[in-house]
Amino acid sequence: MPEQLAFTIEVFLNGLMAGVLYALVALGFVLIYKASGIFNYAQGVMALFAAMTLVGIQNGQVPFSHLINAIFGTDIHKFGWHVHSFLAIALTVLVMIVLAIAVQRFVFRHLVGQEPIILFMATIGLAFFLEGVADLMWGSELKTLNVCAAEGACLPQGLNLWIDETTFNAFGYGFFIDNLDIVASVVAAILVIGLVMFAQYTKQGRAMRAVADDHQAALSVGVSLNFIWILVWSLAGFVALVAGIMWGAKSGVQFSLSLIALKALPVLMLGGFTSIPGAIVGGLIIGVGEKLFEFLIGAPFLGGATENWFAYMLALLFLVFRPQGLFGEKIIERV
Amino acid sequence: MLDQTVTADGRTIGGVVMEMKNITLRFGGVEAIKNISFDIREGEIRAIIGPNGAGKSSMLNVISGFYIPQEGEVWYKGSRRPPMKPYQVAQQGIARTFQNIALFEGMSVLDNVMTGRLTHMKTGLFAQSLWKGKAEAEEIANREVAEKIIDFLEIQAIRKTPVARLPYGLKKRVELARALAAEPSILLLDEPMAGMNVEEKEDMSRFVLDVNDEFGTTIALIEHDMGVVMDLSDRVVVMDYGKKIGDGTPDEVRNNQDVIDAYLGVAHD
Amino acid sequence: MFYREAGDFSSTYAEDQQTFPIRFDRYRYYVVLFIAIVVVPFIINDYWANSLLVPFLIYAIAAIGLNILVGYCGQVSLGTGGFMAVGAYACYKLMTAMPEVSMFIHVILAGVITAAVGVLFGLPSLRIKGFYLAVATLAAQFFLVWLFNRVPWFYNYSASGQINAPERDTFGILITGPNTEAWATYLFCLIFTIASAVVARNLTRGASGRKWMAIRDMDIAAEIIGVNPLRAKLTAFAVSSFFIGISGALFFAIYLGAVEVGEAFGITKSFLVLFMIIIGGLGSIFGSFAGAAFLVLLPVVLKVVGVDWLGWPTDIVAHLQLVIVGGLIIVFLIAEPHGIAQLWRVAKEKLRLWPFPH
Repeated sequence: MPEQLAFTIEVFLNGLMAGVLYALVALGFVLIYKASGIFNYAQGVMALFAAMTLVGIQNGQVPFSHLINAIFGTDIHKFGWHVHSFLAIALTVLVMIVLAIAVQRFVFRHLVGQEPIILFMATIGLAFFLEGVADLMWGSELKTLNVCAAEGACLPQGLNLWIDETTFNAFGYGFFIDNLDIVASVVAAILVIGLVMFAQYTKQGRAMRAVADDHQAALSVGVSLNFIWILVWSLAGFVALVAGIMWGAKSGVQFSLSLIALKALPVLMLGGFTSIPGAIVGGLIIGVGEKLFEFLIGAPFLGGATENWFAYMLALLFLVFRPQGLFGEKIIERV
Repeated sequence: MLDQTVTADGRTIGGVVMEMKNITLRFGGVEAIKNISFDIREGEIRAIIGPNGAGKSSMLNVISGFYIPQEGEVWYKGSRRPPMKPYQVAQQGIARTFQNIALFEGMSVLDNVMTGRLTHMKTGLFAQSLWKGKAEAEEIANREVAEKIIDFLEIQAIRKTPVARLPYGLKKRVELARALAAEPSILLLDEPMAGMNVEEKEDMSRFVLDVNDEFGTTIALIEHDMGVVMDLSDRVVVMDYGKKIGDGTPDEVRNNQDVIDAYLGVAHD
Repeated sequence: MFYREAGDFSSTYAEDQQTFPIRFDRYRYYVVLFIAIVVVPFIINDYWANSLLVPFLIYAIAAIGLNILVGYCGQVSLGTGGFMAVGAYACYKLMTAMPEVSMFIHVILAGVITAAVGVLFGLPSLRIKGFYLAVATLAAQFFLVWLFNRVPWFYNYSASGQINAPERDTFGILITGPNTEAWATYLFCLIFTIASAVVARNLTRGASGRKWMAIRDMDIAAEIIGVNPLRAKLTAFAVSSFFIGISGALFFAIYLGAVEVGEAFGITKSFLVLFMIIIGGLGSIFGSFAGAAFLVLLPVVLKVVGVDWLGWPTDIVAHLQLVIVGGLIIVFLIAEPHGIAQLWRVAKEKLRLWPFPH
């Protein structure tokens, strides 16, 4: 196999893997948007918040320790224990549920019936607020995240040797693929299947879809909107946690994580805001597109770092020709 | 073609100002309007009636350029109108009101009425940014027209009130004012009396008649209330399931067998 | 008692349409202008100019610009930082290419160039609406920052990749560079701020403003009554970008002096200006000033209170600032979507009736 082609395929595969991560964040957006019409800009920060909380709990950090120390002149930092990953994840899920209740109770309950764009701007405010709270709670320094089932059984890091060897033997070129990316893809697949099953076959799932279709009609047949919205925000929080774990394990837990999560926005614009398969396909297209563009055009001809804007430009151009996205419903305007 | 007739109450009705020729409008597979032709004559009040879903609003949307029919021609002032954008239609002098009020909720009554004057305001951006001079003069000239309409519709007192605060009946009136401010040659009214009580309906009917009488504006309206339609209009088009089933003076339409069937139902055998 | 409109009658439409129809407001406006133009330049020092007044004036211009687009025309943009960068780099290229031309001309030309770029990125607004458009403007933000970072022509091939404002004067008074006087930079910015506010006010109270607001409130109805939606939106983008470009040029040339594009004009700048108009008041020129003043003042006050008085570490204060700003945005959107400007209006309404509220 010619070298250049092999490189391109490798870039393509890595793009797919990156796309899975984008899709994971995008999923959270779709869940909330479908059920409440809120375009949740804070989804990326939620992933950051979840990952930071997880690390904090694992390491037995005292929440708000910096602030407490600053106010009272104390010098506390850690409880001194280490929490098992699974327990820490469970606790983080609990925190995300509390967050969901708080967001619903204190923010969006007061904004029911507002225009979508107002809701959108409120979530931008929420994103800043959450980021500040996360930093105050756990400190803003770069953290490493590692989830381990037991001693030595952690999320795998680094190159997958088996694929490298097999492909080297088969094509004479060893493909470099991250173990973590493979895990992320599997987890994402399980998550999507789980969510779809939940939406299709459970009572709450049906109620969720009813709310998504028509708030008032759902209300009139006895669905509790408040409960469904809290449920949806909790689910989105859970998805954010999963995305946060995958991303945090890959590149460390830090602020830039919430910026990478911004990439989920063009993903949604491609896939349509209301479609779960759209989020997946959109994520893959963006992931592959930006990696290939950078490899084939960006780095050689444009001075590199085109990943910064490629996704947005692609989405922009795409939208001009198909405003409802790949899988969104056609918009019919009437007076 | 008759060029001028005089009605019983002394108004003059001129020649044909707008003519719809064999209009067909489809949404996907559904035919909302099937091969309809009719005309509107200068100075008359022309009503379009029919049961729900008959295609009346779609017809109005075709006239105002919001929908472009797949087949058929629209003739306006003696020439065929090419497919054009709604704002171009408005600039040609066709103004309308909406079934579900479409006022600009963030603006005052006066500003809403002034938006009706926008098709008459031509000052460039640069002159506007200086204000003094051309822009101010134009603003004042158009304000005078708007104030005349405001006086006419008796909404002086609420001039500076934000539209969002007004009750339904007044909103309808402000919407009429906005359409009138454009000094249109054809005024389209989409259910101007929907959701009103008897008194408000009487008020609105009076305004419609006055507009027609005073400014000589040609009016095409959709209305459900049969009594109102028969009293107001000079000629009536009746639609049912997208087809035209009657056309003529109120008396002719009232005695048309198809129309009676459509409204009262007919025994199928 | 002291705020009355009684006895204030408008007998012509021109009088009725002036910016401050109530005499008291008009006099207060003249007093503020007098203090800003005549008094402040004599008492200003470097600290006040650099940490408060100059950034306030510059952000006020950006906020006015964004408010025209978002508050008046209803098109949410997250690309403000990118457009400010266009203004800054355009100004830099003009300053270095034509050193002998007055800075006034450079700044205005920078605005014109930014307006053109704004129109280009505004083109999709005909097809894309609401937050789809907001996300689409992110394309402008990231692309423009990338462009100025990667194409050496824009920073004149300087080794650091930064742009530095050379010394330039206007009417013989030094305006840019390290050796300027506080009053000179202040007055230079003030002239642009006042002119921007007046122009914005003139546009928004007339035909253009009504077109924009009609599009904002109900775009379909606006089109049916005769507003060309593309043209209305593009003029909004152009005017808005013009102001934002001017503010970017001033931000670079007068305020910072040296700029690294990702740092000075990143996405956080876009949010900062957006927050100014949300807190200040969407669709209000006064609100643009109020919001700019608030968000320029807040970090300074927090720093004085948190770091200087309480002795907290700076990073905690910075995080606290995020929490406060984010929280305030939510509070304002819930309680008072029209921001400080509306609070001000309500206060005036109360004052008018005081002390007999019934």
